[in-house]
Formats: sequence, C-alpha cells, structure tokens
Amino acid sequence: MQLSRDELKRAYQRMFTIRAFEERVEKEFAAGNIPGFAHVYLGQEASGVGICHDLTDEDLIGSTHRGHGHCIAKGCDVKGMMLEIMGKAGGLCGGKGGSMHIADLSKGMLGANAIVGGAPPIAVGAALTQKYKKTGRVSVAFSGDGASNQGTVFEAMNMAVVLKVPAIFAFENNGYGEHTAASYSVGGGSIADRARSFGMPAEVVDGVDFFAVHDAMGRALEHCRAGNGPYALEIRCYRFLGHFVGDPQAYRTADELKEARANDPLPLFRKKVTEAKLLEAAELDAIEKAILAEVEDAAQTAIAAPPPDLKSLEKDVYARY
Amino acid sequence: MAKKSYRTAINDALRSEMRRNPDIIILGEDVAGGQGATGDVGVVGSVFGVLGGLYKEFGPTRVIDTPISESAIVGAAAGAALTGLRPVAEIMFVDFVGVCFDQIYNQAAKFRYMFGGKAKTPMIIRATIGAGFRAGAQHSQSMHPLFTMVPGLKVVMPSNAYDAKGLMIEALRGDDPVIYLEAKTLYDTEVEVPDEAYRIPFGEARVAREGKDITLVAFGPMVPRALAVAEAVGKDGISAEVIDPRTTSPLDEDTILESVEKTGRLVLVDESPPRCSLASDVAAIVADKGFKSLKAPIKSVTCPHTPVPFAPVLEDEYMPNPRRIEAAVRAVMKFD
Repeated sequence: MQLSRDELKRAYQRMFTIRAFEERVEKEFAAGNIPGFAHVYLGQEASGVGICHDLTDEDLIGSTHRGHGHCIAKGCDVKGMMLEIMGKAGGLCGGKGGSMHIADLSKGMLGANAIVGGAPPIAVGAALTQKYKKTGRVSVAFSGDGASNQGTVFEAMNMAVVLKVPAIFAFENNGYGEHTAASYSVGGGSIADRARSFGMPAEVVDGVDFFAVHDAMGRALEHCRAGNGPYALEIRCYRFLGHFVGDPQAYRTADELKEARANDPLPLFRKKVTEAKLLEAAELDAIEKAILAEVEDAAQTAIAAPPPDLKSLEKDVYARY
Repeated sequence: MAKKSYRTAINDALRSEMRRNPDIIILGEDVAGGQGATGDVGVVGSVFGVLGGLYKEFGPTRVIDTPISESAIVGAAAGAALTGLRPVAEIMFVDFVGVCFDQIYNQAAKFRYMFGGKAKTPMIIRATIGAGFRAGAQHSQSMHPLFTMVPGLKVVMPSNAYDAKGLMIEALRGDDPVIYLEAKTLYDTEVEVPDEAYRIPFGEARVAREGKDITLVAFGPMVPRALAVAEAVGKDGISAEVIDPRTTSPLDEDTILESVEKTGRLVLVDESPPRCSLASDVAAIVADKGFKSLKAPIKSVTCPHTPVPFAPVLEDEYMPNPRRIEAAVRAVMKFD
C-alpha cells in the first residue's frame, strides 16, 4: 500500500462512482429511461479501478460489453456516459454508440465492445502503435472469462508475444459468461495457464481486493514498459447482477449471491484504509455524498436532454465519401 | 512513359508512400517471408510478389510478418489505425476473410460512426480476388459485394496498372478503412504508369471505351474482358461503351446513368454469384433512376449461383467469359 492519501481517495472515488452509476443505471433501466440492454459492472469495481489506476490518458484500453466500469476507471465523463446510455444528444458518442459502444479516445478509451473477444486484437494493434512510436505507453485488453474461449483472443495473445508488444490482457473472470458458469465453459479451468502457454507471464489476482489488483498491474506495467512484451492477469471477481439488468438469474442460487455480496470490494477497501489509518471514515463518506450528487445530476440531465438531431443519422460514417 | 505491370504499380505506390509517411506499416502473412527460417528474410514479399523489396528497404519494424491469424492481423491493423498509424494489412486470398470478418465489418468499419465521429481508422486491407487460377472453391472468390454493402468501408477494384497505383495512393492518403481488391489474373498486365505519385479519387468511374449503342459496366478483372467483347462486336457495327467504376463504394452512379441515357442499353459484367451482386445493385439503380433512358431490359453476366469449381472447363464456364458477355450484348441489341 504505497499509495498516497490523494491516490487512495481517487481510487475510492472511482470505485464508488462505478457503484453509484451502475445502481442508477439499474434504476433508470427499470423506469424505462434506458433503451436496449444494460450490462452493469457491479461487484467488479476493484478490477477496473485497480487496472486503470496508474494509467495515463495516453495509455489505451479496449473494453467489453460490460464496459461502464472501465470507462469510469479510465476517467470518462459520467454525465457524457449517462447521456450516451440514454441515447441523447451530447452523449460521449452523440447517442450513436450506446451502452455497449461508449468510447472516449481523448481518455485512451478505445471503446466498449459488444462482440465477445472483439477488443483484444484491437488492443494488440494499439500496443503495436506504442512500440512503433516508442511512446512507453501500454494497451490493456479487458476480456471476460467468456471471451477467453474466443479464437480471436488466442490469436491476439499469440500475436502479442510474437510481435513483443506492450499489451496487458486483463481477464476479468466474474464466474459467468452470460448465463453459463466459467467452471463449465473454460476448459482446463485456468485462464492464466492459457496465457502462460502462449509465452507470457500471467498471474491469478483477487479481484475483490483493489490493492491486489493494483499491485499485480504494477508488475504488468513494469514488464511491458521495460519492453518485455505482453503480460496477463486473470482477475477473479464476481458479477453481482445477472448478465443484463433484468436477468431473472434462475441459474444461480440465492445463497451464492448472498455469499458474493458479503465479499464486496467497496467495504473491503474502506476497512483496509480505515484500519490502517490511511483515510478516515468521514472522508470516505464525504466522497460518497459528492458522487451521489454527481450521479443524480447526470441522470436528471440525461433524462431531460433532447434526443440526437435526425440530421446526424447519416453523418460520420466516413471521414470523406 | 514506361510500361509497368499491375504488380509493380502497387509496389511503386506503397514504396513511395512509405518513404513519404513513416506512419505507414505493412502487416500480414509472409509480407516479408523467411522470419525465423535458416535462409534469407524478405525474399517472399507476399505470395504474389507484390511487396518485393519492401522489407529490404523498410525492415522488420515496418514490414511485419505475422502468424497465420487473420483476426489478429486485421484487428491489430484496426487498433493501430485508431491510435495513429496507417497500417496496410494483407489477407492473402480474400476467401480467408471469413475468419476475420468481425474485425472488418463490426470493428474497423464502425469505429467512426459508433464513436460519434471522433475516431478515424486509416487502414487498408489488401486481398487478392478472382477465379481463373485453378485454385478451387476457397482460393478463387471475389467477395466484393460483401464489402460493398458495409457502411464505413470503401471498396477499390483496380482493373489496370495505372489505376492500381493512383487508387492505392489515394487509399494511403485517406482517413477511412479501404478494402483494396487485387485481381490475380491482372498482376502481369502492363500499361504506361508514371514514375511520380498521383491520386485517383474514389467514386470517379473511368470511361474505358466510348460508344453510343450499348453500355457495358464491368468490375475489376472483368473490365479487360468487356473491352475485348466491345472490340469484337464493333466489327459488326455495334458501338459499345465500357465503364469501369474503379470503386464499388463509393460508386459513381452519375457516369453510369449518363452513359445509359446516351445508349439506352445496359449489360453488367460482374465476377460474382448473381444474387446481391454489383450487377444486381447497378441494375436496380439504373431501373430506379434511369428507367426512362432504357430501350431494352438490363442484362447481367455473372457467375452462376455455385461455389467456384476446380476443373478447368467448369471454371472457365463459371467466370463471365467473352462468349457469354457477347451473347448478352447481342441479345440486348436485338430487343425491340
């Protein structure tokens, strides 16, 4: 725990922002204010924030269909996100992307990706740019346990090793690919072993513990920035909700969910930093209060915002056509 | 002016643009060749030799041999384009696009739109197309309609060496993903090609031969065949105009419609199965926007609705050949 007080506050601020944002998404979805699907990141906050904590805006991430948490962890604007998710003018992508395609290149966020296994090849390309231009930056490919079974991900891992690019494969194993357990679908059981077999170092990380994720990411960054090629992390975490908001989840027991909820990354973080007297409870409470107000404002703004101009329908397909 | 082959013209364009712009890189299978082997590296220069000498000049950081992993090749090109490079990815035979199509139509083609216009994806995917090589069903297709229907992609089908160079330079200086389809049967064909760089804008068709009685619109490797038929029927007094659209997306509708307005008759020559082809697409456009110009039904000469056969007699019949093209022209001319 060699993080400064300010850094700890920032980490908690980001984790709690994800929590508050996603709970609000759940609520607004139920209220009919969010069209389409919403896949929320509740329960996985320590993973995204632990991975992104030491990244700059020039470092890149490629995300998944469950990407809101990665966006927030990478510093995307919460109001812009809420506008986007509600399909409104002023959204981060002008309302053309939606929940599964939020991107903010100015923050190094190369897009949520609705294709399972879609982002890792792209992240390898982003890493190739860093190597070619000698920027010292890295590229992170977030994937789930589901994506770890996609051929594209195998190709991306092999290519990253062959080309020796600074790519970090962050596999968030939240126990479920859609409605099927990873214990069923991941043959052999270990995603880290798969990554290792391609010839890169890989670690299994406790994804409930921000500090464990942050420490492991520190080793990954050091490895990549030293020009040693890619690195993989299998982050064991848990998806508090179903595959999407509204998933009845008949495929898992109430006991399982209860046990998972008892192992929550946010109270764990609070406990660690307050017991070590790094931050006071009142400071954390103040962070929470401010974020709840920010999310409230984002939601109200987005609900009240106009839809995109119909004239935007045919714009921005090409740079020039 | 010196004559150059289609192959050399593409090489020229890549070489001069790579000298001019350090952000251009090439990646694909055996684009250099020989990596990790006991002999020389860079001696392959892509399977049809299009990239000959580029490895020697630009080295392994810019001419990057990859594993046989089309998804990773195209995906890496997309990611590199999104972050500031101008990658030229190679899919050796366009038939292999099946294993990486997601990265083309769901990823690269959509970034700009999905991200609200804030992204640009300047990348080129080169691939070889066409039957006539006795290469069988999985190495002989063209697939251009598949790319043409995807918003966000531009699709280039050069029919001669001059266009191949100018269109490649245009692709390399643009900011959109471009599918650049090289006709295998044209690699050794030669025309006069300037040494210096020049651009041919996309969406501007070439009138390859002027005529007044009938319009033939042909794509890529079908252009020389259409021209040969135009010459042949000319001996019987039929004046055929041949239009080479050069790019199928964007498509120069105006030049086609103007030609049909003049001739009143249209034959389409497209090396593609007939359904949802460029032939059916252009026929629909002309029926919609040029109906009053037509003096006869539009005829299409395409491949049959079959995979590409192997046996030479079958393959020759599969492709739009001069006999079939000429029969269509004469049938349209006879219509009253």
